[in-house]
Amino acid sequence: MRTLLFRSIFKGPATIEGPDAGPQAVRELVKSLDDLSRRVLGRSLAIREVDAGSCNGCELEVHALNNPIYDLERFGLKFVASPRHADVLLVTGPLTRNMRMALERTWRATPDPKWVVALGDCACTGGLFAGSYACEGAVSEAVPVDLRIPGCPPPPIEILKGLIALMDAASRTGTAARIGRPAGLPARE
Amino acid sequence: MAGLKRITLDAAAWAERAAALGRGEGELFALFGDDGQVHMVVREPELGALEMLTVAVENGRYPSVGAQHAPAIRLERAIRDLFGYEPEGLPDTRPWLDHGLFKLSAPLGAAGAPRRQEDYPFLPVEGEGLHQIPVGPVHAGIIEPGHFRFTANGETIVRLEQRLGYVHKGVETLMRGAALDRAAQLAGRISGDSTVAYQYAFARAAEQTLGVKPPARAIHLRALMAEFERIANHFGDFGAICNDASFALIHAHTGMLREQVLQTADACFGHRLMRDRIVPGGVTHDLTEEGAARVRALAVEIAPRFAELFEIYDSTASLLDRTVTTGITSAELVKRFAPGGYVGRASGRKFDARQDLPYAPYNKLSFKVPVLTAGDVDARVRIRAEEIRTSLSLIGQILDALPEGELRAELPAAKEPREGMAVVEAFRGDVLMYLRLAADGTVARCHPRDASWFQWPLLEAAIEGNIVADFPLCNKSFNCSYSGHDL
Repeated sequence: MRTLLFRSIFKGPATIEGPDAGPQAVRELVKSLDDLSRRVLGRSLAIREVDAGSCNGCELEVHALNNPIYDLERFGLKFVASPRHADVLLVTGPLTRNMRMALERTWRATPDPKWVVALGDCACTGGLFAGSYACEGAVSEAVPVDLRIPGCPPPPIEILKGLIALMDAASRTGTAARIGRPAGLPARE
Repeated sequence: MAGLKRITLDAAAWAERAAALGRGEGELFALFGDDGQVHMVVREPELGALEMLTVAVENGRYPSVGAQHAPAIRLERAIRDLFGYEPEGLPDTRPWLDHGLFKLSAPLGAAGAPRRQEDYPFLPVEGEGLHQIPVGPVHAGIIEPGHFRFTANGETIVRLEQRLGYVHKGVETLMRGAALDRAAQLAGRISGDSTVAYQYAFARAAEQTLGVKPPARAIHLRALMAEFERIANHFGDFGAICNDASFALIHAHTGMLREQVLQTADACFGHRLMRDRIVPGGVTHDLTEEGAARVRALAVEIAPRFAELFEIYDSTASLLDRTVTTGITSAELVKRFAPGGYVGRASGRKFDARQDLPYAPYNKLSFKVPVLTAGDVDARVRIRAEEIRTSLSLIGQILDALPEGELRAELPAAKEPREGMAVVEAFRGDVLMYLRLAADGTVARCHPRDASWFQWPLLEAAIEGNIVADFPLCNKSFNCSYSGHDL
């Protein structure tokens, strides 16, 4: 283990400078995300991921954001265990009817100001599952969505870009432009 | 019907087969409803072949298999929910997938008014000093939703009861009446981590149904993608298991290895998870010479890096202390439930569809199926590690044997009702796919059976007597699919 640790130290980080860091665009992306999160949110944005019926494909790519190649946490973007600690709900899946109540409760448990990101084709539109007896379709059917990141699943870089877009909008208007706010969301149970 | 041998039994013969399963004669592979009938797929251990049996549903009832063979209980609860059939004698008649929230009841059967939502009665647990810990459906980590009801005595878990169905999307109903290409896309969205395996199984079932043989090059490229998927998932799980024991170093490195595999998949096949690359008749993307060289280089580079990581795992006492003797799955239960994948292989069940229900090109490739008997988290880690080594070797063999040629075969019209079935070894275990086409070529019935159906119940047993803090380790070492199970 010592050999591996020493080698890792001398090799430098795999992130960005590593062989798999990706094209120039990624590096620019990383810089802009860095500036934004610092300016808008004091360099801290807590994300609670909610699987509302996903096939787990989106979760795999969200996981990848945490690996040393993308290393999300260096931007102050952090996945948290409780909605009560979260600024952003990152929601995946065609919102199954069996998950609707859990999503609504999670949303209510998240303190204001909060943002909702619909991640993946299913969360954006219901995807292939739209019209099913067991699904509501788009996540916006249940909670107000601030940003949609399409893809099946969106690759990690696209998720990063989406989060930048969200912070960009938030920094310009103070609050992100909301998409499809549902009329009848009850305030409390 | 062409393509598949199926035996129709009367109710008495069906009940006798169920009783035989209960006596340990044969293994239950699948059990699912259909129009006015119920099918069961069993495997005879001596012959090794799969046999499909059918019983007619009369007056909405048929003899329960679960009454005699516990592994069938959840499958029959699902049949009740989706078809409205009554398995006579089923010991547990609580709804399973239908939480009383669907737009209609019995969506695959009579499709009536929605069932009313009722409180779900968990099994009673009584005793002094016991307390319950309800977890989920929204978990602390980035994982799929499901509910775990723990009953603990101090730190020790005395019972875990699972409640699933939260991600039920109605896949089987959506498939009914769908054209073959749409159904294939749905198959690829049943369980994201096994998108290749599911589309592989669907394509093979469709080809068997229609009597088509895909081109040799496509057959090899499919296996290449399947091994890529297996390695990527095993890297992810190996790291995540170590991470659940707070050993972040291995997790960080396996994260990089996994990422490299996915980036190579993206470069070679145009999608990181290789989704929608396998279609009935063949594959959509070819592997260029440059791509093949890249795959080869990756396999060569990864092998020693993984070996080093495994050496760290194997020589870190504090880590082994968490995995060895944790979450033991008994050989007896494994024999009864016949779970596929590493869950079975870590507890003495030597079954791998690539070898035991062989399909091309695996019948021409050389590889060993690892088996251990300890049945703990450590054994499941070791099986995964061995499978990574095997897959790396298989990738080399597939590239060596990769023939030139076409990528897709023309699919003929169905003309008459037809049915077929295929089993593919996903990273988690065998995926079974039953397919029946109508005369116009649309899907009349498709049933995908995930390996998780026979693994989830064993997790309930494996955790008993362990401490609450070891649940994440046990759970990750199983890594059952929620979406593949809930459908």
